[in-house]
Amino acid sequence: MKELLIILMSAILVNNYVLNKFLGICPFLGVSKKSDQAVGMGLSVIFVMLVATAATWPIYTYLLAPNGLAYLQTIVFILVIAALVQFVEIFLKKFIPALHKSLGVYLPLITTNCAVLGVTINNITDEYTFIESMVSSLGCGLGFLLAMWLFAGVRSRLEESDAPECFKGIPITLVAASIVSVAFMGFGGIIDKLFA
Amino acid sequence: MKKLGILLKGIIKENPVLVLLLGTCPALATTTGVISAVAMGIAATAVLICSNIVISALRKAVPDKVRIPCYIVVIAGFVSVVQMLMQAYFPDLYDMLGVYLALIVVNCIILGRAEMFARKNGIIDSALDGIGMGLGFTLALVLMGSIREVIGAGTWAGIELTALKPYAISIVTAAPGGFLVFGCLIALVNKFFSGKSKKTEFSCEGCPNAAACNKASCETEEKEETK
Repeated sequence: MKELLIILMSAILVNNYVLNKFLGICPFLGVSKKSDQAVGMGLSVIFVMLVATAATWPIYTYLLAPNGLAYLQTIVFILVIAALVQFVEIFLKKFIPALHKSLGVYLPLITTNCAVLGVTINNITDEYTFIESMVSSLGCGLGFLLAMWLFAGVRSRLEESDAPECFKGIPITLVAASIVSVAFMGFGGIIDKLFA
Repeated sequence: MKKLGILLKGIIKENPVLVLLLGTCPALATTTGVISAVAMGIAATAVLICSNIVISALRKAVPDKVRIPCYIVVIAGFVSVVQMLMQAYFPDLYDMLGVYLALIVVNCIILGRAEMFARKNGIIDSALDGIGMGLGFTLALVLMGSIREVIGAGTWAGIELTALKPYAISIVTAAPGGFLVFGCLIALVNKFFSGKSKKTEFSCEGCPNAAACNKASCETEEKEETK
């Protein structure tokens, strides 16, 4: 249980996917203008990460690895994720229209999101068990949501700030992201202290 | 002359990283040093050239509706080839780049060039576009890698700069420095090449997902604004 908590907390705070590992920067910069959109995107990413891990981990462990096909990992994972996202979208549209309405627009965007592919590959390279993989995916997703949501707040202030002409738009957003990232650096070492 | 234009536009005028703002993830993650930046640039360039050629050659054979999955399969195939070659001949670099090597599959530059250029142009033009864009990507990465390594570690490609070493600011090689240096570089490009790069926001034009998402997220934004 303690190991699972450590994996979860370190994925959310210390090894934050956006602010520490630079995965999923495109949605982080693109969809973080308003906090409700940022939360919608974050929730969709958590959902897709969990579904993707639930599918790719068994495929790798029981199908690819025993048959010496581990080198097909990249191709198989991206295809599984792409197909899965399409399937989930169709399923939601048919059976849970309310959820589809709130998450639907973000789902296709997530297919080629590096954070989702990154988390499935990392779970394999870190040699996590199935439960650990699911927990780590949840943690990475929550970390993504946290970063998106916090940064949406920062950005709403940025919109009104009087930045130099050449810094307007993306450059000043990146500088702000850098400062938020410094804040997250402060979490380094917190896990050892918490669970010592 | 036209061919030369295709080759050169990727390097400065339409630099994929600094002007088109594509491929930001590897640009931030692998530029902690010059060596990993060069390795990433060359790996991505190789994939870009090969996938551009194949996608351009297949442009009449692939039905429009399933083109994105087809492109992803082609790109993922070449990424696997590059991964295996690197693991065999440059194991140090393979370990250094880690997961980011596999993530070339979802690099927006490669899918973006397939969608924006290779599927509309001939094989030679697409190959030249791939070379130009790849060079632009590599140059931008090396520039960022140099700035971050010199300021952050006082070295350049592993060579120690004795004058700068004692004043190294290690946070520049850490995560926040990546965002900061990248932001300042884009601002500089805006300042000195203003007019050439007007793109200060992410839009559907440069987004390779635009075809897949039918501009869903952009449209909802517009709808909300008109409300």
